[in-house]
Amino acid sequence: MNVITTELLTKRFGTFTAVDRVTFEVRRGEIFGFLGANGAGKTTAMRILCGLSKPTSGKAIVAGHDVATHPDHVKRHIGYMSQKFSLYEDLKVWENIRLYAGIYGMRPAEIKAKSAILLRQLEFEDGRDKLVRSLPLGWKQKLAFSVAVFHEPRIVFLDEPTGGVDPVTRRQFWELIYQVADRGITVFVTTHYMDEAEYCDRVSIMVDGRVEVLDSPEQLKKRFRATSMEEVFRHLARGTTRS
Amino acid sequence: MAAIEIDGITKRYGSVEALRGVSASVERGEIFGLIGPDGAGKSTLFRILTTLMSADGGRASVDGLDVAQEYRKIRSRVGYMPERFSLYLDLTVEENLKLFATLFHTTVEENYALVQGIYGQIAPFKNRRAAALSGGMKQKLALSCALIHKPSILFLDEPTTGVDPVSREELWEILGHLKRQGITTLVSTPYMNEARLCDRIALMQEGRFLEVASPSAIVARHGRTVWAVRGDRMSRLLVDLRAHPAVETCFAFGDRHHVTPCPGATTRHLREEMEAQGHREVEIQEIAPGIEDCFIRIAGRPDVKDE
Repeated sequence: MNVITTELLTKRFGTFTAVDRVTFEVRRGEIFGFLGANGAGKTTAMRILCGLSKPTSGKAIVAGHDVATHPDHVKRHIGYMSQKFSLYEDLKVWENIRLYAGIYGMRPAEIKAKSAILLRQLEFEDGRDKLVRSLPLGWKQKLAFSVAVFHEPRIVFLDEPTGGVDPVTRRQFWELIYQVADRGITVFVTTHYMDEAEYCDRVSIMVDGRVEVLDSPEQLKKRFRATSMEEVFRHLARGTTRS
Repeated sequence: MAAIEIDGITKRYGSVEALRGVSASVERGEIFGLIGPDGAGKSTLFRILTTLMSADGGRASVDGLDVAQEYRKIRSRVGYMPERFSLYLDLTVEENLKLFATLFHTTVEENYALVQGIYGQIAPFKNRRAAALSGGMKQKLALSCALIHKPSILFLDEPTTGVDPVSREELWEILGHLKRQGITTLVSTPYMNEARLCDRIALMQEGRFLEVASPSAIVARHGRTVWAVRGDRMSRLLVDLRAHPAVETCFAFGDRHHVTPCPGATTRHLREEMEAQGHREVEIQEIAPGIEDCFIRIAGRPDVKDE
């Protein structure tokens, strides 16, 4: 079963085609790596899939809803986290959880019970009353991710979630991603760390607005006779005409 | 005379110790890398060395000039590209470059040769406002502006963060080119695999230099065997390897896991044990550690961790 289906998805800004007839599917429970050079159209495509921007033409169904006609339904069934903005720094840890869960319509009793479980799982019960501002970056990122999936969305979009994080925390973050995928939540992730591309079930690489390839890291490496995803990426992105 | 001397620099923001006494010296013509995660203190050190901020303690000199006493002179001799894009968005590409040349009492024509390789790539868009540039183009413009007065020392704070691998590679080619023209570069990055492109590096965490040496010397000091392990179910394999008594540490590294084995362990024995736990196609190979292996190892050392 697919959580995302797009068909000839296109977005034009004036004469510039940012996303150019993109057709692909993302399956339930998979970790899907969405790669591409800067300017390839990743951010624009991701904004459309999150219901934040309307396609010029073509179609995208996310979590069972059409992004063009029912963007509000889409937003209710997805989670989102980016490196740039995640949590409110001036709120405490529990206040952030309650705020986000409340926005997604969860009931107070349910929020309370689930917060306790979450903080125990993260081994972060001491952090409950701390201001988010006072936390190390690694903790902020782990917490932001947990908050993004707190309402059990069908799919979570992660936009460069591990940028700037130390090597050990970066790996712990991926272990959280695996746990969430095991729960059946689909993970849609962008990254500039090519070792992280290897952790994905399937990877797509965008070049100049089009999805140039889409396959498992292993198949992609085989196809381009490459020893790493970094080589595959270089091979494809070298051909870009805009950056 | 070293290009940059850093001697016991400390800096505190309220209760946060951003720099806890760092020391190093950067030689002329060197590419020196500050390698570490966010919050390590990289940007604070940049601001102190470019005289935008004063240190609480310690001394530093740039181009032989003291950062506290002779800051005005330093400012005309260095080029600085901060982490956040900070050119004028309302000005065009060409206007930004001209403005920077004028501020430093020079002209674009006088030093054009130095920026030609970089600026040439965005010159076709010279009448476009900076706000309308893509990330990659903004970065090339910022670097051109930092270079247009022909600085002797270039400070680049995370020029490759959030940049795709191909553009990252291009930037490092540019730095190599500037080095051949005698420019000293202090550059910071969170990407550990870029460390090998520097002449020397400082591994940085929580306001400290953990090591200062050439990348090859840091790798040589790792001092332990590293095994790259793969199997048919990688996430399960990670858990089982960590639980095995012959394994001291195990971390995922792309399509392999890197294992630091306990003394006396053999690859054959570990492979058999993993196969006995149901893993198939298990391959174990001894490899040379990389900078990221070294960083994880040093950052996890009890004397570093507990402070």
